[in-house]
Amino acid sequence: MTQSNTLLPNLYTTMKRIRTFEERVGELFIKGETAGTMLHLSIGEELGPTCLGAAMQKQDTFTTHHRGHGIFIARGGDPKKMMAEIAGKKDGYCKGKGGSMHIADMKLGHLGANAIVGGGIPTVVGAGLSSKYLEEDKVSVAFFGDGAMQQGILYESMNMASLWKLPVVFCCINNQYGMGTKIDNAAGLKDFSKRAASFGLNTLHIDDLDIENAYVKSKEIIDKARKFEPGFIEVECYRFFGHARMDKSPYRSEEEEIKMRKSDPISYASNQMLKNKIMNEDEIKKINEKISIEMDEAMDFAINSPLNNQKEIFTDVYDESEPLPISVEERINKILS
Amino acid sequence: MSDLNKNYYEKITFRDALRLAIHDSMQEDEKIIVMGEDVAAYGGAYGATKDLLKLFGPKRIIDTPISEAAIVGASMGAALTGLRPIAELMYVDFFGMSMDQIANQLAKVRYMFGGQINAPMILRAQGGTGRSAGAQHSQSLETWIMHTPGLYLSIPYTPNDAYHLLRTALKINNPTIFIEHKLLYNTSGVLDKNNPDQIFGKAKIRKKGKDLSIISYSRMVNFAEKAAEELAKQKIDVEVVDLRTLNPLDRETIIESVKKTKRALVLSESCYTAGVPSEITSIIFEHCYTNLLKPVIRYTAEDTPAPVAPNLEENYIPTIEKIVEYSKKLCK
Ligand SMILES: Cc1ncc(C[n+]2csc(CCOP(=O)(O)OP(=O)(O)O)c2C)c(N)n1
Ligand SMILES: [Mg+2]
Repeated sequence: MTQSNTLLPNLYTTMKRIRTFEERVGELFIKGETAGTMLHLSIGEELGPTCLGAAMQKQDTFTTHHRGHGIFIARGGDPKKMMAEIAGKKDGYCKGKGGSMHIADMKLGHLGANAIVGGGIPTVVGAGLSSKYLEEDKVSVAFFGDGAMQQGILYESMNMASLWKLPVVFCCINNQYGMGTKIDNAAGLKDFSKRAASFGLNTLHIDDLDIENAYVKSKEIIDKARKFEPGFIEVECYRFFGHARMDKSPYRSEEEEIKMRKSDPISYASNQMLKNKIMNEDEIKKINEKISIEMDEAMDFAINSPLNNQKEIFTDVYDESEPLPISVEERINKILS
Repeated sequence: MSDLNKNYYEKITFRDALRLAIHDSMQEDEKIIVMGEDVAAYGGAYGATKDLLKLFGPKRIIDTPISEAAIVGASMGAALTGLRPIAELMYVDFFGMSMDQIANQLAKVRYMFGGQINAPMILRAQGGTGRSAGAQHSQSLETWIMHTPGLYLSIPYTPNDAYHLLRTALKINNPTIFIEHKLLYNTSGVLDKNNPDQIFGKAKIRKKGKDLSIISYSRMVNFAEKAAEELAKQKIDVEVVDLRTLNPLDRETIIESVKKTKRALVLSESCYTAGVPSEITSIIFEHCYTNLLKPVIRYTAEDTPAPVAPNLEENYIPTIEKIVEYSKKLCK
């Protein structure tokens, strides 16, 4: 296959891996094996993370919001260690201490998923500052939802990135809702690119399913950021299911969901491949089967991973050369003995 | 919601008691508005404002953008200029983004401006562990508020208290921070609208006893009650004190109880160091040191962030077994 013939299959594969991973997270929950219910799945939102993930370079860094599984898969995250983290187990990326909303892997440039809406955005400004100072050629990308578009910290961060000409990209995954609140009830001006442009950022608005085009366009923004022109990308999409695992979306109609789920980036990409004879149905089926096995294995890995030792409550608060915090039990026993 | 107009409920959830309190207050006082993330269409992340949109309309039940600093600041501005907002933060952890508005603005506006103006509002927020919600969604941050003069602080345990404390906070002119534990919403109990059973700032003795005072608030009162039951079987008679409001703080009840029992365990889900229990322990020491037979014990969560792993989270906070164990040692 030529380069242009491998691009779409690669993007398709990543999207399909994200979706299958998220489906298995749902199964893990049903099996009662997840740590808690705060599982924010990105089913339906695969396009943005996939094309940006592909457009970034190996050394680049990023932060994500609470709905960050897909982004990390697109950046090379190991589904096994991710799933184990979601299960709150020892073999997870963060030893099961962070869970679904706090996956990170410094080796892969993942500076952290965040449970605070907007919380991870200024981190990329600092990462951009380091990159420029240390001459490392790293672009840093902040991924966040439309909800974070209404947090003040975003605008403080955009201004700094612009002022200091940092290699930074702000990427808003606009899935139309912040929990149960539709974007129309949250944003005074819905044209987010206008907001970013007013800070002097390059902007891109992706609002269709053509992922090849989205990839090319986002690569342009990221490449410009690498030359110290910070950028902003908004990807419009739809959250196919509830906000978190327990949410049945009572605030929106079934008709809306059915209609919006038809804008499925994955079926669109597979239809494109068939139409342009890049792949046939059998080949696509083979990819899907391989992914299915990979994600089943991730789920089994998580289920079989051991629980944490109780001592882990106290580790990692401070650098390992420092003493552990004294447990309450030890304090009380000392007083009472 | 079950029948809104009853005066007595045999069994009502903590969540519904809060909804009733907001409802009843809004009916009486048209200056009251509710604002916060997902409070209207969604009915509140924990259901405490469910159906209120239908009853009072979008003018009074207002969904906000995810902008915690402005939610608090704008509520204060409205409170200064004629309204009485009930603002909601989905988690106490979001004090983080709104702390300037809470501590530098809301708490100080009356004092700095020489008493010219009041900011009569409530800020409701939900806290605590128990749902594997992780380090940024499981904190107990009452200490931040208690350490900030100018803010009243309610932290109820029962539905009856939740109802009456909220009703009272909506009648006084000071800003009140109202903290609800995430695992209390589904608990239930009696609600008697005609029996406030309290004055704002008055602790409640949940169980009388003579051997040991366990002083607590919010969900930990439940742990204290369960431990007291177990200890009763072992002939240790515990007095359980539920503080209910941390500012004003009912020092008299604490002191009186410890003078009687001569032993005290202060129980809380906040971290150990410089927490609310540290303050209570100081008060006990200041006033009861000649009465005490044993040192005062602070039993709290660990001095670490909250882990997600359920098997760690469970032991991150006090357990009933250990309350029993420490109580026995105190009473030996
Ligand atoms: C500062 C802050 N406020 C509120 C919340 C509660 N909360 C969690 S996710 C969410 C909605 C976020 O919407 P958006 O940013 O669009 O991301 P999405 O969930 O749609 O991916 C809210 C309100 C939070 N976690 N952090
Ligand atoms: Mg959203």
